[in-house]
Amino acid sequence: MDEQVTPTTYRLYLMVCAGTGCVSNHSFEIRTALETEIRKHGLEKEVSVVPTGCNGFCERGPILVVQPGDFFYQQLTVKDIPHLVEEHFLKGRPVAKLMYSPPAAKVPIPVLNDIPFFRKQVLIALRNRGLIDPEKIDEAIARGGYKALAKALTEMSPEKIISEVTLSGLRGRGGAGFPTGLKWQFVRNAVSTNGGQKYVVCNGDEGDPGAFMDRSILEADPHAVIEGMAIGAKAMGATAGFIYVRNEYPLAVERLRVALRQARDYGLLGTDILGTGFDFDIQIKRGAGAFVCGEETALLASVEGRLGEPRPRPPYPAQRGLWGKPTCINNVETWADVPPIISRGAKWYSGIGTSTSKGTKVFSLVGKINNTGLVEVPMGITLREIIYDIGGGIPGGKAFKAVQTGGPSGGCIPKEKIDLPIDYESLSAAGSMMGSGGMVIMDEDTCMVDVARYFLSFTHDESCGKCTPCREGTKAMLDILTRITEGKGTEDDLVLLEELAQTIKDTALCGLGKTVPNPVLTTLRYFREEYEAHIRRKKCPARVCRQLNVYSIDPQICVEKGHGCDVCRRNCSSNAITGRKNEGHAVIQSQCIKCGVCYDVCAFGAVKAD
Amino acid sequence: MPKLTIDDLEKIREEAERDMKVREGGAYRAKINVHMGTCGIAAGARAIMAALMKEKGSRGLDDVLLTSSGCAGLCSQEPMITVEMAGQAPVKYVNLTEAKVREIFEKHIQGGAIVLAYALGIGSEKTEP
Repeated sequence: MDEQVTPTTYRLYLMVCAGTGCVSNHSFEIRTALETEIRKHGLEKEVSVVPTGCNGFCERGPILVVQPGDFFYQQLTVKDIPHLVEEHFLKGRPVAKLMYSPPAAKVPIPVLNDIPFFRKQVLIALRNRGLIDPEKIDEAIARGGYKALAKALTEMSPEKIISEVTLSGLRGRGGAGFPTGLKWQFVRNAVSTNGGQKYVVCNGDEGDPGAFMDRSILEADPHAVIEGMAIGAKAMGATAGFIYVRNEYPLAVERLRVALRQARDYGLLGTDILGTGFDFDIQIKRGAGAFVCGEETALLASVEGRLGEPRPRPPYPAQRGLWGKPTCINNVETWADVPPIISRGAKWYSGIGTSTSKGTKVFSLVGKINNTGLVEVPMGITLREIIYDIGGGIPGGKAFKAVQTGGPSGGCIPKEKIDLPIDYESLSAAGSMMGSGGMVIMDEDTCMVDVARYFLSFTHDESCGKCTPCREGTKAMLDILTRITEGKGTEDDLVLLEELAQTIKDTALCGLGKTVPNPVLTTLRYFREEYEAHIRRKKCPARVCRQLNVYSIDPQICVEKGHGCDVCRRNCSSNAITGRKNEGHAVIQSQCIKCGVCYDVCAFGAVKAD
Repeated sequence: MPKLTIDDLEKIREEAERDMKVREGGAYRAKINVHMGTCGIAAGARAIMAALMKEKGSRGLDDVLLTSSGCAGLCSQEPMITVEMAGQAPVKYVNLTEAKVREIFEKHIQGGAIVLAYALGIGSEKTEP
């Protein structure tokens, strides 16, 4: 049995973010420093340090929220701690200079809910983030954990549970958006041969570049997922569950292990759960990081210990899943959404969101955005609200260009569509998809051909190779895109790209292959003129594709501002820069290999790319 | 560890909720602010805080919020606390001892009657220029 919540209360609780983002920013050291200082001042009976899951505002980590009061301290270093402990926790004087102030504001904003990043968010899947210690089951229980399971086991029939989930309008949060209640109904109705075993599986194989929703949920509130799975198992008649999680998520794996052990100790997993005669337990299966294993049939193969390759559907896993038995696979976030739906009812949940997309969705906000982090917003919110109100806009005064949603399977949505409401249908209509929730923001310095090439190189790497369209098609598309970015593309290449894209979409075996062309198709649809600039004028409008750039040095800026500082010349690997210190420099075009290093290192803006 | 029943689950929730309630700061009966400037600490404010925490714990009053703040300006009369019952004007108590705060806890926080003998005044200072 793990350490219990101390029976006597403290007067202050220091909620230190221990999500992976903050941990890599040394939040464990911050925690140790806080504990040391607290002891030094003899405050250990008054002030408690609580490690929590990801707070979401990763851009500002390591983060410390002081409760009660919700004082929000950010970007802390170990040397800030002695002053902070003495001033705020001993003397009661909050330290304004360690608080967050939004770029435009002059006065630091001390209270969490006054910060625009948090104000527009609605937390359902992330309901416990930053509020509980994920390694203490009692804290999860105090926030209502396992209440929904108790209700489902004692007051509801399996049919009633399924109808509640159906009426809530919950759809799969892994990307495709299949109605969850319907999937559960299929599994419930499926007849299992020999022995009647059925399975529930949690898909935590999060692989999209820049996506970390699932990891954060597992790290911040593992019990939400366990409870959701147990409710699902009761509804569908399953007695065993698997959580498939990437081994690259060591903190998530560890917290899941702790959570499963604590749940078993309490009899919330195992036999005769809560004395109701219901048996259910969960095992962790660690994935080795193959992107295709996020596809459900490949995931099942991997859980069974076979090569992680997809197979044709039907039969769907609901009919023939793990070891041929009916199996329900839902994403981490979907499972975490289930307990509140059971506790608070379908009507409450379906009151949030749009007519076809109910509830909330978690997004990871990355790329050229001020407030990098994890956000949960009601469906139907516009891209503008996410990017500007929550995300704080684009850094460095640059213009917003596009947002990539849905990872390598999704598409790029241009700035003209910034008022698009976020739901499954409008994202699909725009040529993208909800995906698991990665949102990569791009600014004016991004080349859309290069973006398409990047995603294709990713999917080409990750294609399992089982079916020809995906294996050979991604290679062919990648070759064409690479050619275009090197200035060797022709008009026919665009026609060929579109033809290949359509063929792969129509003929690939699994969801990975079918969606691989999306980044290419959407960039062709919205940014065709950029492709044409690369092909016809041999120019990259964003100056990203370096083979197409001509580098030159403005002699006036170089001498007047930089005094011929010599940094470019010293960094040039091909001796293509002339001139001595103080005299000004120039590029010898015949020797230039267009690596762009001079452009990157010039501190005075004297090197021009054209 | 014996298996939980639904009643056990409820008990754990109630027990752990006490702790969580303080954190989340929701509705409170009273807020006690111990003035912890250097002057306050020198005059014994730490012992006052400890005594208040003990009183709160032993009486099981989870809806009493204990906070600290800086010097209130009247250093000669430290240790001081400010007691703010929900919906009422704050009351400042001065020249405190552990015995006095125990009495204040009982009569004011729990009983609702201001302990006039130790009170300096009621209301807040004017902050307008």
